[in-house]
Amino acid sequence: MRRIFDLSLRHKIPLWGSGLIVAATLAVSIGLMLRAFDDLKRDVVISSEGLGRTLAKTLFPVLLHDDLWRAIEIINAPLHGEKPADPLEAKAIFVVSPDMKVLVSSAPRSMPLAADLDSLGADYQQLAAALRGADPDREHSFEFPASDFLHVTVPVAEEGGRIGTLVISHSKNVFLPRFYGIAAGGIGMGALVLAVLLPLNWYWGRRMAAPLVRLAHGMDEMVHGAPAELSPDLYGYRDELGQLFAAYREASAAIRQKAALEREVLQSERLAAVGRLAAGIAHEVNNPLAGMLMALDNLKQRHEAEPPPEPHLARTLAFLERGLQHVSDTVGALLVEARIQPRPLTQQDFDDLRTLIEPQSAKKSLRLEWQVELPATLSLPASLVRQITINLLLNAIQAAPSGGTVRLHAGVDADGLALQVTNDGELPSAEVLAHIFEPFVSGRDGGHGLGLWVTYQTVQQLGGHIAVDHAEGRVLFRIHLPLENPQ
Amino acid sequence: MNFEALPSGNMRRRDFLRHLTVIAAAAGLAPSALATPSRPIRVGMTPAFLHDQHTLLADWRLYLQEKLGTPVEFVQRDSYRETMDLLHLGKLDFAWVCDYPYVYLGSLVKLLAVPLNQGRPYYRSYLIVGADDFLRRSSMSDLKGAVFAFADPYSNTGYLAPRFRIRQLGGDPATFFRRTFFTWSHRKVIEAVAKGFAEAGAVDSFVWDTLNKLKPELTQGTRVIERSPEYGFPPFIAHRSVAAEDFARMQKVLLDMPKDPTGKHLLDRLNLDGFVVGDRRMYDSVADMMRVFGEQTGN
Repeated sequence: MRRIFDLSLRHKIPLWGSGLIVAATLAVSIGLMLRAFDDLKRDVVISSEGLGRTLAKTLFPVLLHDDLWRAIEIINAPLHGEKPADPLEAKAIFVVSPDMKVLVSSAPRSMPLAADLDSLGADYQQLAAALRGADPDREHSFEFPASDFLHVTVPVAEEGGRIGTLVISHSKNVFLPRFYGIAAGGIGMGALVLAVLLPLNWYWGRRMAAPLVRLAHGMDEMVHGAPAELSPDLYGYRDELGQLFAAYREASAAIRQKAALEREVLQSERLAAVGRLAAGIAHEVNNPLAGMLMALDNLKQRHEAEPPPEPHLARTLAFLERGLQHVSDTVGALLVEARIQPRPLTQQDFDDLRTLIEPQSAKKSLRLEWQVELPATLSLPASLVRQITINLLLNAIQAAPSGGTVRLHAGVDADGLALQVTNDGELPSAEVLAHIFEPFVSGRDGGHGLGLWVTYQTVQQLGGHIAVDHAEGRVLFRIHLPLENPQ
Repeated sequence: MNFEALPSGNMRRRDFLRHLTVIAAAAGLAPSALATPSRPIRVGMTPAFLHDQHTLLADWRLYLQEKLGTPVEFVQRDSYRETMDLLHLGKLDFAWVCDYPYVYLGSLVKLLAVPLNQGRPYYRSYLIVGADDFLRRSSMSDLKGAVFAFADPYSNTGYLAPRFRIRQLGGDPATFFRRTFFTWSHRKVIEAVAKGFAEAGAVDSFVWDTLNKLKPELTQGTRVIERSPEYGFPPFIAHRSVAAEDFARMQKVLLDMPKDPTGKHLLDRLNLDGFVVGDRRMYDSVADMMRVFGEQTGN
């Protein structure tokens, strides 16, 4: 039972509705049918009593004069036997004397003359008992349980002289076909009503339940932190359900916003931690490294003054110097600091960048699209912007397929400089993308993975932000840098 | 009286009747009387035949009217007693009655003509039981204690003959049956027995045979278990006051019916073959039975 109540409203609303419709139709139909049956029975009793009174009046003198055949003709007159299904027609008509002997009967074979009513079967035995107990001067109708007959009795009496009792017996079996007829009509009508109402109810129920089900589903997702957006078309009304939808939309929007914010905070916190770690290590490595390079330099100068060293020593020293210089370069890259005295950025800086880039792009037969619209000078450190831009351009050239396009767009908006570097090609994998601005993460073989990290660090130092995006088969890096002294 | 001993007597009668018919035919050729009564001729019709065939009666009346040249009125009564009373009162000129009333009325009436049933002016009493009689009763002696339907207290085949049969069997007709009733018509005796209102009944053989032809579904409900000896067929009688010319005219019209196409057709519908003049002696056996019951015979 509980499982039924646990069913989805999508099923429950139509089911309950259908149940109520069926129950109501049944109740009304059965009520009407029972009423019709009662009416039929009452009609039979009323008509029988009328017939009985007429017959009794006519029979009285005939029986008094013992004219048996005339009595037989009289009681047989109403029994045509033409329409056996006529429920108003009696099954048998007979007269019994006060001591319950048959005086005349329309069914002589089953009810012979002078037979004792008590000897004619249980049904007539009950009737005899009932007649003995009843007021003999009044009309009665008797119906016994487990009997097929309805008996209407009328006294055959005049002026106090009573010859006997006229009994008109109706077979209840004759009512049944009529009742079945009524019932069939009722059922047909009910079926028609159901045929109209049930599909309507089903449609209405589903329609009612569908938004609720979607809402419940949405709430469920909301609990798990990823609420789906529900279209306002789903339920466009302003009733309680509409209010629920509105509340849901507000709540889900807030949750989505919060989740995005959290993701961003997490990302920048992680990057900051990584940056601090890298910087710490770089500092620790940088000091001894500086000492080592200085000692090496001293050694080299001393040997330049003296006769040339042995060839293998010179090779060793050169090897050491290159190795230490590589370490220094790497450490230097990790120690991103705006140490250089800023020079304002000019259009010329971008022209320089183009000159620097072109050989690289020509090697891969790339098409460079260059769109730079800047004022004469911008209060941004030129060297850092150049560094950022060249990093992104080199990155784009390496990522673009041969014969592809790399595009640079630089412009100024209300708050600062907007840079966009675009290249043809697929976005790196989701895993790479999640860590793309971390050091030593590279989407391709051969890269050391510091270019984007340095770019990110530099953008952070300049108070700007960087984002990677993908659309229509292109990868897009977008940078925004606020002007230091906006004027 | 032995029922099986009758046929030889009938043979003798038949010869006699043939002789009578010839005389009647000769009389018909004589110049007819020109009595023209101012009032219509009144003919009493009784349940001696199927007197509830109303269209047949209407056609027959028109036929008689046309042949007689005088208005004819049929006076129908459901019991012989009433017709007998009308005759006593002089309100009928002619009547078709049972042989029992004819004998009973004695000299008040004269024999006019006797219808021919299957070629002969005789009929019988049939003792019938229901076709579904589970006791398989096959004779009057089996019917002791039964509910019995008589046709009319002045019917020979429907009352006198069966009572006489009981008397022959040594029984008392008054107590032989458990219950008896009159249906006032032979046809209704058949109905009463067929539908079970009576266990048995006595009926005119002419009525039963005719109905057996016209409405076999009615007679199928009954079974004839005894046939009585023959009795003179219910006759047409004339009141003794009827003028000789009128008597002869009426007699001639009846006797001529088989020769007339319309008359022949009417006779067919009546299931009769024609009429003969008849003789009072044909009804002696009825008078004998009446005497057994101590009734006056009018002779």
